[in-house]
Amino acid sequence: MSMQVIMAQALLGLNVGVFYAMLSLGLAVIFGLLNIINFAHGAMYMLGAFIALIGYSLLEQWFGISLQIGFWASLLVAPLIVGILGVLIERLFLKRLYDLDHIYGLLLTFGFTLILQGLFANYFNVSGTPYPGQPESLSGVVNLGFMYFPTYRLFSIVFSLVVCFATWWVIEHTKLGSRLRAGVENPDLTQAFGMNVPLMVTLTFAFGAGLAGLAGVLAAPIYSVSPLMGADLIIVVFAVVVIGGMGSIMGAILSGLALGLVEGLTKVFYPPAASTVIFFLMVLVLLFRPAGLFGKEK
Amino acid sequence: MTNRILFIIMLVAGLTAPLFAYPVFVMDLLCFALFACAFNLLLGYAGLLSFGHAAFFGGAAYITGYVTKEWGFGPLLGILAGAAFAMVIGTVFGFLAIRRQGIYFAMVTLALAQIIYFLALQMPFTGGENGLQGIPRGQLFGLIDLNDSLAMYYFVFAIFLIGFGIIYRTINSPFGEVLQAIRENESRALSLGYDVDHFKLLAFVISATLAGLAGATKAIIFQFAALTNAHWQTSGEVILMTLVGGLGTVFGPVLGAITVGALNHELSAFGSWVQVILGTIFVVCVMVFRRGIIGELQRLVSRKSG
Repeated sequence: MSMQVIMAQALLGLNVGVFYAMLSLGLAVIFGLLNIINFAHGAMYMLGAFIALIGYSLLEQWFGISLQIGFWASLLVAPLIVGILGVLIERLFLKRLYDLDHIYGLLLTFGFTLILQGLFANYFNVSGTPYPGQPESLSGVVNLGFMYFPTYRLFSIVFSLVVCFATWWVIEHTKLGSRLRAGVENPDLTQAFGMNVPLMVTLTFAFGAGLAGLAGVLAAPIYSVSPLMGADLIIVVFAVVVIGGMGSIMGAILSGLALGLVEGLTKVFYPPAASTVIFFLMVLVLLFRPAGLFGKEK
Repeated sequence: MTNRILFIIMLVAGLTAPLFAYPVFVMDLLCFALFACAFNLLLGYAGLLSFGHAAFFGGAAYITGYVTKEWGFGPLLGILAGAAFAMVIGTVFGFLAIRRQGIYFAMVTLALAQIIYFLALQMPFTGGENGLQGIPRGQLFGLIDLNDSLAMYYFVFAIFLIGFGIIYRTINSPFGEVLQAIRENESRALSLGYDVDHFKLLAFVISATLAGLAGATKAIIFQFAALTNAHWQTSGEVILMTLVGGLGTVFGPVLGAITVGALNHELSAFGSWVQVILGTIFVVCVMVFRRGIIGELQRLVSRKSG
């Protein structure tokens, strides 16, 4: 097998990995402060992709607005809309469940997943609609020296990495981040020091949701936009999160990247296992390091 | 006392159902009712949320289908083979999943179940997306022809009653008491000297096996093992049934399965709107109706008498 094939699959795997990383990062940030797993994270990723698609090609047809939201604007608009949806879900629903067993949060967000997925399945083909709005400047391929690689894919890798590490940096190295970490550590005490913890919780949820929406926009030109695109992804991301453990932000990012890479390479060496390899790795981690690679059991 | 009355109602309704309803539809409901009861044993009594029960339900159906179709097993032996398969993977999944708690437990079971889903999609004998078709109903004990829909119906009802009986006995045994103690306060149960992991695993295996029994029976009824039965959405549906009927109540899951099943049936013409409606019911149940139908009724009764 040529080195080129392996490198190509590794890069494609890394491309999947950045999406895993962005989603597991969002899940981890939300889990840290709310102790809730957002099942709707996959649906929010899907929503992001659909906002990009609708904004680009359906605004006029559906709403009679002669406006086209291009790819670059979508990178801003979609996370914003998904974030606002996050605010609504947190303020109107999740907020009332914090005193209950945390599984109710999971069940609630599962309900929202079904609603979102069902709504889009009514209007869009389940097998997917291609996103036509990929900018001209990102079309074509780049020469990486050892191989040619689609420009857009390279862009999405770099862009996602920047977003992930910027998030990490903000949380670990800024004043805002230190407050957030204080809220994770001890919400009551943080509140007593005069910080508005409920607002922090809402904004954190919105931020996590926004990240998922952003990942959806980035994925739109690569994969076809489909109502089911998030559902299949989110279960893999759950496994990623179990493998990495949700104790650390960097852990979530790194395990997302690494597992994408592993999946890509499995496609080269043993294709039938590509869709399950991450689940089997999860089994190994559960056997030998039950708290996860970067995790500390609460 | 209330349980006895409810049981008699269920028995009479079950025995007479073919007189006023389409037997295949009622059989379908019975399978889901057993499935939901098995699931409830785990979530309602041991406090463990499995998001992967479709693996046992759907997986067992494939095994039953395979052994009756290819190896010529009779329907009863075929169903037992399916349940045994569910027991084996239930043991493995349970062993792995109880290593993590709470919300992680749910994620682990979901991810493990996805392995079974992909196997069902990719293995050569499963028929991929079309499912395993042409499963024979066969002769029960070599005597009773199950192609007769009434014979099939009472066979299924008997299986349901046996499964229900096992769950009822489990809940009302010392073992069931310990499970509830673990649900209420795991550390306390541990400090009282109970091997908590052991109890959780056993509960998981019983639940998985009975879920498998339900799925295996369904395969014989419809002569078809469907990929959707192994899909995570089925895992979600059984949660909804249990939640609607009443978590941790004996008859709740049965009532929930009937409600959701009937709803699915009535709404099937609306396509994807069904999902939207089920999702909305999920949200409503979690927000304001956490006790479920039976739970709310019990509260009304106890308020009146108290």
